[in-house]
Amino acid sequence: MTTENLTMAKAINEGLRGAMEKDSKVMLIGEDIGKLGGVFRVTDGLQKDFGELRVVDAPLAESGIVGAAVGLAMRGYRPVCEIQFDGFVYPAFDQIVSQVAKQHARSGGVYKMALVIRIPFEGGIGAIEHHSESPESYFAHTAGLRVYSPTNAYDAYWMIQEAIASDDPVIFCEPKSRYWEKAEVDRETPARPATEAQIRRAGSDVTVVTYGASVKTCLRAAQAAEGEGRQLEVIDLRSISPVDYPTLAASVEKTGRVIVVSEAPPVASVAGDIAATLSEMCFYSLRAPIVRVSGYHVPYPPSRIEEEYLPNVDRILDAVDRVMEFES
Amino acid sequence: MDEVPMIQLLNPEGERVSNSEYESSLTPSEILGLYRDMAIIRRLCNEATSLQRQGQLALWAPVQGQEAAQIGAGHALAANDFSFPSYREHGIAWKRGVPPLDWLRLFRGVTMGGWDPVKYRHSNPTIVIGNQALNAVGYAMGIQRDAADEAVMTFFGDGGSSQGDIHEACVFAGVFNAPVVFFIQNNHWAISEPTIRQTRIPLFHRASGYGFPGVRVDGNDVLAVYEVTKRALDNARSGNGPSLIEAFTYRMGAHTTSDDPTRYRLEAELETWRLRDPLERVKSYLVRSHNEQQSTFDDIAAEADQMALDLREGLLSLPDPAPLSMFDHVYAEPHPFIEAGRRELIDLGFGGDA
Repeated sequence: MTTENLTMAKAINEGLRGAMEKDSKVMLIGEDIGKLGGVFRVTDGLQKDFGELRVVDAPLAESGIVGAAVGLAMRGYRPVCEIQFDGFVYPAFDQIVSQVAKQHARSGGVYKMALVIRIPFEGGIGAIEHHSESPESYFAHTAGLRVYSPTNAYDAYWMIQEAIASDDPVIFCEPKSRYWEKAEVDRETPARPATEAQIRRAGSDVTVVTYGASVKTCLRAAQAAEGEGRQLEVIDLRSISPVDYPTLAASVEKTGRVIVVSEAPPVASVAGDIAATLSEMCFYSLRAPIVRVSGYHVPYPPSRIEEEYLPNVDRILDAVDRVMEFES
Repeated sequence: MDEVPMIQLLNPEGERVSNSEYESSLTPSEILGLYRDMAIIRRLCNEATSLQRQGQLALWAPVQGQEAAQIGAGHALAANDFSFPSYREHGIAWKRGVPPLDWLRLFRGVTMGGWDPVKYRHSNPTIVIGNQALNAVGYAMGIQRDAADEAVMTFFGDGGSSQGDIHEACVFAGVFNAPVVFFIQNNHWAISEPTIRQTRIPLFHRASGYGFPGVRVDGNDVLAVYEVTKRALDNARSGNGPSLIEAFTYRMGAHTTSDDPTRYRLEAELETWRLRDPLERVKSYLVRSHNEQQSTFDDIAAEADQMALDLREGLLSLPDPAPLSMFDHVYAEPHPFIEAGRRELIDLGFGGDA
């Protein structure tokens, strides 16, 4: 029996453990990741088993965590940083965009920035300010970084190991509202490479491009749409940078209609860039303008009204109506 | 690091002790007032914790154990001074006159702020660790330019002291001789990490590296905290520049209601600090040295109970914000993206009559 039913949080924990067993250069650094096991318990038990040199409770300083990881990577280590919550990554922003993303190019390929920055991201958990944000567009915008986001336990188990093994730096965005959802994890059959998008549900009417916590929401919307005789094809990006455009374009050529769904605010976003790129690639296949369903151009709102901010089934179905009923 | 001497005027047994640099200027009735402040915020904080347990708050950051540090420091602030808190400074908010219900709005998830910061001269909670210290220094630089008789005090913890922002704030304050007091509540724990994970030297020693004075005060001694803070603020107001106060105290409760301290700290440590409780020592002192009657303390407890009841009622009748309010105040001037978002939400049926 090689499969096990795990939460996504536990699957990442197991993936980290696997990577640490495989490669003694892999180490973890972050706040409260040792004895406490991280605020989401993703690193639970790892300090006990691998010691304080490989699982480091860092001083409370995000720029320090990422900046030190850069130096460790320069010496051949493979650090995995944990940023406690999305909204706390910004003190490290300078290190990420100026050092993590650029050291490889600056050194003519000598320094491998083989590090991972894990960020629990997105909202929907009733949290206070800075605990529900979607910063992925900043990182996707930055050349030199890869941005991955698993959406289920099986993918998470394999994608974290792939991210750690990568010689490129990976911003690993974990949709925290899905941490406790369980799935079968097959430890012998690797998931597809992170850079391949995956069709989670096939359909012929509308291509729904999504990632993160919204994948599940889109699947629920697809189920509801089926009742109205509409077949949505839901594609989970898995890698936000790079985007697997061949898979997306093949779907759009079939459906002719696209909506892009994510929690992030829409302006200068990943979703906007995907819409623009698909317009260029698939212009003659498109039968309606590409529609985005996203958060709004506001700070993430107080949790009591986050439901109205987040893309939900109704808003996705509304977008489906708009692309289906569009007449040129 | 625990053996470093610190300023103390009232020991854990409630006995006055003398100090060569500071003496208490407070009258017995003022001291009783500070006891009342501490008793009220402890009671309100406990009420907030149970409200969180009952699902009425998303989260709560308990202040228990740090009442003397906050009430002593808050009492030293003059009406015109300005304070910049993190998210645990409920005692400072109390001393600034912020209504207790407003402390809870953020934690209920109905707002990102909670009160008018200019009205109370107390900024809104800052959740990103350490950010507020730089803002406090900038505000203090404004005071210099206005030649105003004001000072600024900013609050952070032993964990926050590791942030780059804190270092930069201290550099700016030192270089510009800004009228600001950095008030560190060293409560020994940054969630699960002990202070030795943040520093190898007592935190107040760091001040000398920036070129201004630093002092450690018994953070559970409200008399000492008040005198030390008052002098630091007086110095700032009179052009003598910044200083740093390390209030040596202890987080008796969890980091927040999401935290489980039994995973990382020992009960014996908690017990040691229970014996240094900031309220008990004041009570002992007032009873023994000023013959204060038990009925006085009973009255304060009854008053605090009533305030807790009012707080609970107020919270339960707090309405959720209207969904459209998410578009309010994002910009000061009209903005087409905001209008577009507002129209979309109205079209989706969340607009009411708007």
